[in-house]
Amino acid sequence: MPSNAAIAPGTLSHVDLPWQIDWTKDKCTLCGQCVAVCPVRAIELGVFRKREIKAAFGLTTTSENQYSVHYGIRQKTDPAFACIGCGMCDMVCPGDAITPRRSDEQPKLKMHANKGGAPRTRGGRRNDKGSLLDQIKFVRISMLTDPALDAGRHEFDLTTMIGRILPPEKALATFREQGWMPPVRKIYPLLIGGMSFGALSPNMWEGLQMGVAYLNEELHMPVRMCTGEGGCPPRLLRSRFLKYVILQIASGYFGWDEIIHALPEMKEDPCAVEIKYGQGAKPGDGGLLMWHKVNKLIAAIRGVPVGVSLPSPPTHQTKYSIEEAVAKMIQSMSMAWGFRVPVYPKISATTTSLAVLNNLARNTYAAGLAIDGEDGGTGAAYNVSMDHMGHPIASNLRDCYLNLCRIGAQNELPLIAGGGIGKNGNLAANAAALIMLGASAVQIGKYMMQAAAGCVGSEGDRCNVCNIGVCPKGITSQDPRLYRRLDPEKVAERVVDVYLAFDSEMKKILAPLGRSTSLPIGMSDALGIGDKDAADRLSIRYCV
Amino acid sequence: MCRLFALTSSEPVSPMRAVRALDVMREGHDGSGVGLFLTGLGGPFGELKGCPILSGILTRDGEKRLNRFMNDKGFKLRHRLAWDLPATPPEGTPRRDAYLVAAYDLPSDWRDMTDAERDLNILRTRLELKHMGLEREDMTVFSFWPDVVMVKEIGDPLAVGQYLGVDREDLHARQILAQGRQNTNYAINLYACHPFFIQGIASMTNGENTAFIPIKEWLMSSGVPGYEGYHSDSEVFTHILHYATLRLGLPLAAYKHVITPLSDADMQGHPDAAFLEQLKATCRKLIIDGPNCVIGCLPDRTMFMVQDRKKLRPGVVGGRPGLYAFSSEICGLDAAIPERDKTRDFQPMHLDTAIVGPGCEEIEICRQTQPLPQAR
Ligand code: SF4
Ligand code: SF4
Repeated sequence: MPSNAAIAPGTLSHVDLPWQIDWTKDKCTLCGQCVAVCPVRAIELGVFRKREIKAAFGLTTTSENQYSVHYGIRQKTDPAFACIGCGMCDMVCPGDAITPRRSDEQPKLKMHANKGGAPRTRGGRRNDKGSLLDQIKFVRISMLTDPALDAGRHEFDLTTMIGRILPPEKALATFREQGWMPPVRKIYPLLIGGMSFGALSPNMWEGLQMGVAYLNEELHMPVRMCTGEGGCPPRLLRSRFLKYVILQIASGYFGWDEIIHALPEMKEDPCAVEIKYGQGAKPGDGGLLMWHKVNKLIAAIRGVPVGVSLPSPPTHQTKYSIEEAVAKMIQSMSMAWGFRVPVYPKISATTTSLAVLNNLARNTYAAGLAIDGEDGGTGAAYNVSMDHMGHPIASNLRDCYLNLCRIGAQNELPLIAGGGIGKNGNLAANAAALIMLGASAVQIGKYMMQAAAGCVGSEGDRCNVCNIGVCPKGITSQDPRLYRRLDPEKVAERVVDVYLAFDSEMKKILAPLGRSTSLPIGMSDALGIGDKDAADRLSIRYCV
Repeated sequence: MCRLFALTSSEPVSPMRAVRALDVMREGHDGSGVGLFLTGLGGPFGELKGCPILSGILTRDGEKRLNRFMNDKGFKLRHRLAWDLPATPPEGTPRRDAYLVAAYDLPSDWRDMTDAERDLNILRTRLELKHMGLEREDMTVFSFWPDVVMVKEIGDPLAVGQYLGVDREDLHARQILAQGRQNTNYAINLYACHPFFIQGIASMTNGENTAFIPIKEWLMSSGVPGYEGYHSDSEVFTHILHYATLRLGLPLAAYKHVITPLSDADMQGHPDAAFLEQLKATCRKLIIDGPNCVIGCLPDRTMFMVQDRKKLRPGVVGGRPGLYAFSSEICGLDAAIPERDKTRDFQPMHLDTAIVGPGCEEIEICRQTQPLPQAR
C-alpha cells in the first residue's frame, strides 16, 4: 500500500483538532463507559495490533517478530466526530485513564467543519474570553465623610422596577384622577433570560422554575424568569407560579397557541411579556430549534410536527416596519391581558438601538427595553453569527441610558441589559457595573446553565453542542436518556445558591459605595476603568 | 462633617446667634466657609414686602454690569445694605470689592403677571445674573427673592460673621439657616457653600449624598428652570424639596417619603399605602442614600429636619415657644437657647420629620408611618 493512500484533502490528524484525547493503557479497565457517554461519538473501542522485534542473543538463534493485539480507546479525526472537550469521558472513567487535552496547535478543524457545504452551527457562546465588564472597577469608596455601610447588617433594598414608570407629575395626577396607570412590577434586578422550553430540557426548565418559585415564596426574593420562545407548559400557565414568569413571544410564535388558549383560565397574570426581535448572540437571526430536539412533547407544546427544524424568521413577518411592529405588538399584547401586564421588546444590541429606544420612549404602553449584547449565548446559531455579529453591551447600554437622561426619562423606561454578564464568573461585579452604567436590571442565561446545571461549556469553544440535542449534562437535550442525568431538584438548589451568593456579593459592592436603599442605577461616578478610550466612551473615570 | 445650625423665632433675631452656635461646634467644621440664609426679615428689608432682594458678591466690573442689567430690565433699587468693612479681612477670607444685599421694585410691566409668572421671572433673572457672573467671574449671586438674604463667604464662620457685621439690625431675621463648612468632595467654590436656595426654598445638609450623580442627571433633564449648577452633592436636596412641594404640590410631610421612602414591609398597612407606593415608584430616582441630616425652610417659613434612612448623622431640635433651633449637635443648641426645657429636645430618627411652623409654637413630629396630611 502506498504511504499516502488514506490521505485526502480533508484528512486531519489528531493535532489538527482542538481537543485530543489522552488515554493511558495501563489504567484503563476497558469498561467502555467513556465510549458510551461520549455525546459526539468522538471515541470508539479500538483494536490495536502491535509488532515487537525480539532481537536474539548469540549467533545461532535468529531474531523474530512478535505480534500482539490489544484493545483500547481510539479517537476519531473525522470533523463530524471531533472531540468537543466536554470531559464526560473523564467524569465517568473509573480509572482516571482518559482525559481531553486542548491542542497547543492552531486547530484546523475550523476550515473543515463545513462538510456538505453547510457552515458550522453550534450552540453556546461567542468563545471570546475578553470582557470589558471585567475591567471595570468600583472606585468611589465611601471613606471619610460618608461611612461605608455594613453589608452584613444594614438593611438593603435591591429590587428594581419593570414596567413603564410615569414621570412624577403625570403619575400623581393619574393617581388622583384614578386614571390608567401602566403596570409596574417590583422585581429582583437579576433576571433569568429567555431560554425556551425546547432549547432547554424539561428537567432543566423544571429545575429553574422550581428554584425561582422557592426564591420567591420562601426567601421573598422577587426573581423572575423568561420563558424564551417556545411557549410554556399548560400546567404552569394555569398555576399561581405564572406570576414569576415573563412570557416571551418571538417571530416564530411557537407556543403562543397554548398561551392564548390558557388565557381565560389563568389565575395570575404573568410578570411581563417580552417580545423578542433579536438576540445579541445572533443578530439578524431568529430562533433556531434544530430537528434533533423536536420530540413529541416539544412538538405538542409548540404546536408543530415532530422532528422538523424550527427556525423563526429574523423579524416578525406579519408586520410592515419595525416601529409599527413594536407599537402594534406592544399594544395588542397589553390588550390581551387588559393592560395589566408590562410588555417590552428585546433587541440585539446594535448601533440602531437608539432609534428603537426613541420610539419606545414616546409610547406609554412600552414597559421597557431589553438589550442583548454580542456576548449572549444561544441554543443554536451559525458560527459566523456568533463570532462576528453584534455589539458589545456596555457601550450600547450606556448610549441608551444617556439618551434617556437627555430626554429626562431615565428609570421611566427601564433598560434590561444582557449578554456576557458573568462570562468569566464575575456575575455580581458585571451586573453591578451594568446597573451603574444605567441598566435597571440585567439578565443572564448561560451563567445559569453553568452554575445551576454544570454546563461544561466555556469561552474556549468547549462542548457547544446545545443545538444538536446531545448535551452531555442533559441541560439542552430532549432525549430522555440524556436529560434523565439532570436532577431538577438539584438544579433548583443551585439556582437558590447562585441568587443568595449574588445577593451577598452585590451588598459587598454597594455597601462600600454607601448605597443601600435604592439600586444605584446610573451611579457612574462609582466606576473606573484603566483604558482611556473605554473610559471616554462610557463617560466614566479613567483610573490607572 | 459640616456643622449645621438653624433658628426659627417669632421675633427677628441676630444671625450672630446662629454663627456663635456654629462656633461652639467648631470641632466639626474646618473654618473653610460659612453660609447664612435669612428670611422673615426685620428692619428695613422686612418692610419691603414683595420686593426681591439680591444677595451676592461682586467685583467692581460686576457691579457695573449688574446695575446696567437691572436698569435695563426695569428693576428699581429700593434699599441697599451699606457695608462698612474693616480694612483687612480675617485670615483665609479674600478681600472683595463689594458685598451686595439690595432690594428692588419689580419692573412695572410685571404688574399684570400672575404670581406663578412673576415667580418664574424672578427665578429667570437670578439665573441670568448667575450665568453672567460665571462667564466673567465677576458676580456671584446667591439668591434673588423677596424676604430672603443669603450670605456666603470663605473663612471661619465666627470671624466672617464679625467681619461682615451680620449682627446689624438690617439682617435680623426670624428664620436663619447657618452652615459651617467642612471639606467638600468638589472644588471649594462659593456656590458650593450651604444653604442652597431656589424660589423661597432653602436647605442645608450635613453629610454626603451617594446618589448624587443619578439624581443630578434626572433633575437637570427634568426641564425645570433652576435645576442646574450643582457644585455640591447635596444641592439636589433643595431642588427635590422644591420639586416635591412646589411642582408636585405635596405636603412637607411627604418630602421624607420622596427622599427616603418606607421599606415595602413598613408600607404595608399604612393608611396611605396606595399613594405612597405610587410616590415611591415614580420618585424612585430621587431616593437619597445618605448619610444625611437635612434642615430646610419653606416659603411659608416652616422649618424642618429630616434624617436619611439609616440615621447616620446626628441632629437635634429644641427650644421654647417663640424660639426653636435645629442643630447638628446638642452643644450648639445649648449655646443658642440655654434656657429651654432640655427634656423636650428631640432627635429625629430615621422615620421622623421634625417641623416647627412659622408661628414657632411647638415641635411637631411627623412619622412616616402616620397618615399623610391631605395633599394640597
Ligand atoms: S471529551 Fe467529551 S467529546 Fe471528547 S471524547 Fe470525551 S466525552 Fe467525547
Ligand atoms: S472509561 Fe476509562 S477505564 Fe473505561 S474504557 Fe474508558 S478509559 Fe478505559
